[in-house]
Amino acid sequence: MALPDKQGHFGEFGGRYVPETLMTLLIDLEKQFKALNKNKAFRDEFAFYLREYAGRPTNLYFAERLGRHLKTLKVYLKREDLLHTGAHKINNTLGQVLVARRMGKTRIIAETGAGQHGVAAATTAALFGLECVIYMGAQDIKRQSLNVFRMKLLGAQVIPVTSGSRTLKDAMNEAIRDWVTRVRDTFYIIGSVAGPHPYPLMVREFQAVIGLEARKQFLAKERKLPDHLVACVGGGSNAMGLFHAFYKDKGVGMIGVEAAGKGLNTREHSATLKKGPVGVMHGSKSNLLQDKDGQVRVAHSVAAGLDYPGVGPEHAYYQKTGRAQYVAVDDKAAIRGFKMLSRLEGIIPALETAHALAYLETLARKSKKGTTVIVNLSGRGDKDVNTIQGIL
Amino acid sequence: MNRITRKFAQLKKQGKKAFIAFITAGDPNLKATGELALAFDKAGVDIVELGVPFSDPMADGPVIQASSKRALDQGTNLHKIFDCVRRIRQKSDIPIALMTYYNPVFHFGEEKAIKAAVKAGVDGFIIPDLPCQEAGDLIKYARKANIATVFFVAPTTMPARIKPIARGSKGFIYYVSLTGVTGPRQVLSKDAIAGIRRVRRMTQKPVCVGFGISTPAQVKVFSRAADGVIVGSAIVQAIEKNIGRRDLVKNVVRFVQNLSCAV
Repeated sequence: MALPDKQGHFGEFGGRYVPETLMTLLIDLEKQFKALNKNKAFRDEFAFYLREYAGRPTNLYFAERLGRHLKTLKVYLKREDLLHTGAHKINNTLGQVLVARRMGKTRIIAETGAGQHGVAAATTAALFGLECVIYMGAQDIKRQSLNVFRMKLLGAQVIPVTSGSRTLKDAMNEAIRDWVTRVRDTFYIIGSVAGPHPYPLMVREFQAVIGLEARKQFLAKERKLPDHLVACVGGGSNAMGLFHAFYKDKGVGMIGVEAAGKGLNTREHSATLKKGPVGVMHGSKSNLLQDKDGQVRVAHSVAAGLDYPGVGPEHAYYQKTGRAQYVAVDDKAAIRGFKMLSRLEGIIPALETAHALAYLETLARKSKKGTTVIVNLSGRGDKDVNTIQGIL
Repeated sequence: MNRITRKFAQLKKQGKKAFIAFITAGDPNLKATGELALAFDKAGVDIVELGVPFSDPMADGPVIQASSKRALDQGTNLHKIFDCVRRIRQKSDIPIALMTYYNPVFHFGEEKAIKAAVKAGVDGFIIPDLPCQEAGDLIKYARKANIATVFFVAPTTMPARIKPIARGSKGFIYYVSLTGVTGPRQVLSKDAIAGIRRVRRMTQKPVCVGFGISTPAQVKVFSRAADGVIVGSAIVQAIEKNIGRRDLVKNVVRFVQNLSCAV
């Protein structure tokens, strides 16, 4: 059965839980997206911008020294960090902005946590001359001032969100409020495989290029499929982007790495899939960090891009059905991963990505020699240098 | 008969329209919420909407966001709100609907929430982030227990959706006067009047209008077209202004009376 179903469900997860004001738009968007996704002219245009503007395909780099350090693993890095704007996020914003143009929308809004999605949205809005408003938690604005400056340079208006926990979830609330108000001229570019149907589907389709390329590249280099795929999971777009093309390759293990923050036994983590009961937030049903009354809890991670109490519904489905396994890595280990890749390969990863890299140490201990792994190197770490400087 | 349905039947017989007042349960505390509901009954309010505070009120503007936060800081939750309604019921038969985001109800358990509602004397649920397409279970449990389920029609709703929304609704249908979040507006679009009429042509069920309505003049205009008018943020603002004052209930009720007599 194709997932999601017609109502946008991945098993019990997903769906459309939004105010009625948005329902007609979402139904229309779903129709338009499904038609465009099959339309050759649209696919060609999307492929053109991915290639000529974003810099695809990205390399699948064999990280030899990293592998030697980990002893048992052969590690390949899918270099999404080399894309324009420095992360996988641009794949999705290019796709959505092209949809927005076809729908005649003139104004782009987006939420952002680490600022990577905000920068990618502002970049594509600038590319097509569209008005762009970015909602960002006041707390994140402090943590990621460089990205705020970049968005402003790109002509976007950055609105600090001071409600709630002042982080990504509150930025998304505020973006939804804007969207409800300006639904007729505004296109909301959601940055992850989250939100109401058709967003989890649409974002997955735009990010699926990561896995499609990686699968082909790996087959060309190794003449077989990898044993494991590893990617960090906040909302889950880079992980779904890598995983999806391998969904039917039953022998390929998928490991999503969440942020354990200060520890899974504390309240300060972002391990939604591991610790969150099923709930509804931001338009879809999925795992959700919440208290005994169903109030959403504040997430924590040293990586602003993982600092989200929700997660994409398709990941919840992958976990429930056992297709993917989800683990968590704490702040300290992530910083170790950050340093490890910088020293061994001369690549400074994003702090989000560093969680996936840190998990390799655990995976290496459990693996036979020669085990092959593709890690989605979802973003570069320039934006995190200040944060790390403060910690070290 | 369900208290909400009965209320609309009575009003219809008298040729009257409903005035519906929204307050957030637990703002500034549940004792005040109980006193307000009882005083509203005497002040010409036909139905009380009790807001269940939620951490992420994405359909609400700043006034109700702040009110939800105050209520949550008091430790307000569904259990305590059901207790509060039970106390109101000892003295009043005023119809009460809970206005809540979906997650607190989903987490509580839909079937369990409907049972608790029956026991406490809650008459209906209004869930702004639960479109009727996702509400199959809730509607099923609610129908069995004779509890109202109110769904929304917005200015952007395509005509084909109106019938299923009306079918899922019991008690009344909530017409959203504007595209946007809750909160008082100086000027409201006249398009809403046409929108309300369009819905009323497609259903026998009462259609009530809310969002943005904050003055007696606005109440008057909208009560001509709709079967009822809902005011929320303006009343919550009146509560906010009176926090810490002993005459909070008296002052808020005076404000509400001005609105309810404009119907």
